[in-house]
Amino acid sequence: MDDLYREIIIDHYKNPHHKGRLDISDLSFEDENPLCGDHLQIELRVDENQNVMDAKFDGHGCAISISAADLLIDSIIGKSVEDIKKLEKQDVLDLLGIKLSPVRLKCALLSLKVLKAAVYELQEVNDDI
Amino acid sequence: MNIAKIKEDFLILERKIHNGKRLVYLDSAATSQKPRSIVQAIDNYYNQNNANVHRGIHILAEEATQMYELARKKIAGFVEVKDPSQLIFTRNTTESINLIARTWGWKFLNEGDVILTTEMEHHSNIVPWFSLAEQKKLSVKFIRITNEGKLDLNHYQSLLKLNPKLVAFAHMSNVLGTINPAKEIIELAHKTGAITVIDGAQSVPHLSVSIDDLDADFYAFSAHKMCGPTGIGILFGKKDLLEKMPPFLGGGDMIKKVTFNGFTTNSIPYKFEAGTPAIAQAIGFGAAVDYLSSIGMEKIFAHEKALVSYAMELLSDIPGLKIIGPSAKDRGGVISFVLDQIHPHDIAQILDESGIAVRAGHHCAMPLHEKLHLAASTRASLYLYNTKDDIDELKKGLLHVRKVFE
Repeated sequence: MDDLYREIIIDHYKNPHHKGRLDISDLSFEDENPLCGDHLQIELRVDENQNVMDAKFDGHGCAISISAADLLIDSIIGKSVEDIKKLEKQDVLDLLGIKLSPVRLKCALLSLKVLKAAVYELQEVNDDI
Repeated sequence: MNIAKIKEDFLILERKIHNGKRLVYLDSAATSQKPRSIVQAIDNYYNQNNANVHRGIHILAEEATQMYELARKKIAGFVEVKDPSQLIFTRNTTESINLIARTWGWKFLNEGDVILTTEMEHHSNIVPWFSLAEQKKLSVKFIRITNEGKLDLNHYQSLLKLNPKLVAFAHMSNVLGTINPAKEIIELAHKTGAITVIDGAQSVPHLSVSIDDLDADFYAFSAHKMCGPTGIGILFGKKDLLEKMPPFLGGGDMIKKVTFNGFTTNSIPYKFEAGTPAIAQAIGFGAAVDYLSSIGMEKIFAHEKALVSYAMELLSDIPGLKIIGPSAKDRGGVISFVLDQIHPHDIAQILDESGIAVRAGHHCAMPLHEKLHLAASTRASLYLYNTKDDIDELKKGLLHVRKVFE
């Protein structure tokens, strides 16, 4: 029971490792999901080889969206911008390790959407990540 | 009112979900469940009488037409409208309100005119007016709500000094549960010459409503929130208004005559019912009002009042839980709340795992949530088939939610 809310998700929701703001950032993007009232900003600091040195997210949302953001950022630190561009929905779902209904999929994928917009340096983004 | 017997009418309530859990359905404000008599009525119609209405010269067409028109008469009786030709079948409340905006509004409102609506409205009683205002350069003003979540009638009185042409409001709020003093609001509007549009989506399923007695100019409601099928609703309009309005959609049934030079419109209500209507759904709607009448709206309302009092008392014991809206005496069977900082989607998802169906989000009332400084809320809504057991389960579920996030 409560598979969706297994410990790892609650843990990252309550004590996120990467929540906050960077002093200096090279890439950033923010977006919201007005239907849920979720809001998310992601900032990245990259080195001269385009590898992510540090990253943080800020905002508010449900446990699924916040823990997905935290897990996702965990997984990209040290990776290159090119690697991030290759990330797919399934990568986030694998990090979460849960099955989601279509409605909750939006919560889980908000961070990936924001992250991709940041690395592609987009001004706005649609739902097709 | 024998709830055990009523529950037997709703087969879906016997369904077990999530590994054998009893379904606790607390989302009737979104859509109600359907008793078997409604499903049966639709089934019978398709198996025995199915034909297109109004034109055919054969027995099935005659029967279908008769059944369709009988449904209109039954619904008119249910909401106490003497002349059934004042009831137009639409898709739902939303379409009914849009119909007014796009016909009456388009013809009779002009640049600078003022429309009043309220801060507690569903989007369907805001967006059609914003759309119209944009096209015709009108201004839309919002009647404030009090801290308690009731309509601020003093503010309403002061807005009436702007001489609005139209006053649109919900008879009952789908978030706060507030039951608005419709008769008083209508009377005040009429004194300044405004016409009134009442969103009855939440009221007609739960209260005894007499549209003639309210003296409403337009009144809209949907079948699916009152035990009927989806895809059918009603727009009531006063005869003189409907007759002066241009048609809505053009096509079959809404015309008297078409030539190569133009057309003349049919009489009301057909003038507003272009194309083949939702015949089976109308018949199902008729069966729904039969069903509700057989139990009695006073009894249903009293049952929900008792349950909502019980629920508000019980839930207020939960630490960190805050109910939005007025006290039980001023509301129907709708309870929206927030629980600590826990996101309503998480609350709803965890409740679902315990078999409890509630709604989470802004409930199509974003401006109201903005006013309340909330991104979203969780809503439990009641109907005739709910019991104290359901409320007890909800409380247990919410305590479990707190534990998960402890």
